[in-house]
Amino acid sequence: MGTAGKPGHGEEAHLQPSAPTLPVERSARRTGGPRFLQTETGKGWLTISPPLIYAVLLLIGPIIVIITHSFWTQDYLTIDRTFTLDNYKAALTEPIYRDLLMRSLFVSVTVAFVTVILAYPVAWFVSFHGGRYKGLWLFIITVPFWSGYLLRILSWKVILGYKGVLNSGLLYLGVIAEPLNWLIYNVNAVIITLAHSWAAFAILPLFVSLEKLDRSLLEAAADLGDGPVRRFLRVTLPLTMPGIIAALLIVMIPTVGDYVTPRLVGGKDGVMIANAIQAQFGKASNWPLGAALAVTTMVIVSLVAGAIVLMLLGLKRLFK
Amino acid sequence: MKLLPSPRRVLSTYVIFYVAILYFPVLLLPIFSVNDSATPMLPLAGFTLKWYEGLSGNAAMLGAAWNSLIVGVSAAFLSTVLGICAARAITRHRFRGLGAASGLIMAPLILPEIIIAISLLVVLLGLGLELSLITVILGHLLICVPYSVTVLVSGFEGFDPSMEEASRDLGETAFGTLRRVTLPMLAPSIVSSLLVTFTISLDEFILAFFLSGTEPTLPVYIWGQLRFAAKLPNVLALGSILIAASLVLLTAAELFRRRAERKMELRP
Repeated sequence: MGTAGKPGHGEEAHLQPSAPTLPVERSARRTGGPRFLQTETGKGWLTISPPLIYAVLLLIGPIIVIITHSFWTQDYLTIDRTFTLDNYKAALTEPIYRDLLMRSLFVSVTVAFVTVILAYPVAWFVSFHGGRYKGLWLFIITVPFWSGYLLRILSWKVILGYKGVLNSGLLYLGVIAEPLNWLIYNVNAVIITLAHSWAAFAILPLFVSLEKLDRSLLEAAADLGDGPVRRFLRVTLPLTMPGIIAALLIVMIPTVGDYVTPRLVGGKDGVMIANAIQAQFGKASNWPLGAALAVTTMVIVSLVAGAIVLMLLGLKRLFK
Repeated sequence: MKLLPSPRRVLSTYVIFYVAILYFPVLLLPIFSVNDSATPMLPLAGFTLKWYEGLSGNAAMLGAAWNSLIVGVSAAFLSTVLGICAARAITRHRFRGLGAASGLIMAPLILPEIIIAISLLVVLLGLGLELSLITVILGHLLICVPYSVTVLVSGFEGFDPSMEEASRDLGETAFGTLRRVTLPMLAPSIVSSLLVTFTISLDEFILAFFLSGTEPTLPVYIWGQLRFAAKLPNVLALGSILIAASLVLLTAAELFRRRAERKMELRP
């Protein structure tokens, strides 16, 4: 490296005899190359290109491949590449897939609202009463979230199981005479587990939006005679709406495709669409149908998310 | 009036209750991992370490732990390198398309993992690649980079770009500036990014489940053991070790992040 640089030095020194201008000269040479790369835009694109190319190759590329697959047909071990909409027809009309899709949407929307409603007061508390310890509070709240997705769900299975902690505890205390069989293996168990798993994800955007809230607006509302409820509905809620929307989406979209929770605590009545998608890529080995189910899920959850956002924005206008 | 608790009190009580519920399932695993009973039930049966002893000398588990280590270290290192590029572009350059580009890089945060997993699976198998630890690393990189970017953006925001300019004006090369100014200033954020992404990779299940082939990572190994009810106490012991490891790594990451923040406050 050192020797390779030397001739360059000499050349520059020769061309630019005055020593103080040397670094400037070198810096101009360093950014040399195609003219585009010398502009701010060019430098920006160049800097971001490694992670961007990675995301394009391993995220956008594969998603396009999946979308393409969804228009093909599985023909035993080979794939018939003639265009067809049959997979979508199956995904939207076959009762099993329609039911799984509806249930997944129901679960994800419910989990999103439950999580956000339960998390809002906590985010409020940290933002308004956290004082010097806001960072510590956020850390304490996010730690359980980092304890491993699989392990958290396993833990709920241990709690809610027929011979689990809750049942055996209540039996021991004499509260119940025999184990409750409606705790696990149903949709409620899935909702409880997911709402617990995603709590931290909801708190962070809510906290950020509450932090941005200008406190003097609340004081002004109080001075003008608004009570706490009116202050909340007319100032806090509309102004933190972006955080509420972000929190809802950040919980709702990933949970619609959850695979492990329905498998571990959902039982027969808690199966969700991800389990059907996985089956098509595993045992059933029908990739095009699996692909169509995945695309359908994403499109429908995006539509529902869009509708919820519009509804909340409408609600916000109503309060103002 | 005394009969009604103050709203502040109600709120504090609610928050304590909420945090307790958050921690309850997480603390349950360690408690039952030292419980002398084959099934996790109340009342507790007595203290034992036999479930932990049962783990030692388990070759399959040690193999899975080794796999997790390889995947975690690779994913942490590579995602931090990619994260530095993205965070630098986001904090130091303003250009058209930056929003779209960074949005795309952050997208895996909000996509259902199963969508990422199956699309990667189809492409990798379509390219004729064998599923291996490398394919798991490729998948983990996608979900780790957004976290690296988040941590490193605050790192870049924490120091003055004029320091880099000064270094260049004083004759340092681009590489020299990177090595002697940028990276040392960023060091706490880089360490924090490495620790956070390693933890994410260590805990990640869905991508590893789809992309790991015959070499399981620890969560995939645990998933396999869940089929055997008799193995549950051992799984709880292994899970407790994993939770403890995650906790240590994250606390370290948080301490480094705080250090980065303090560095920022010291800035003139």
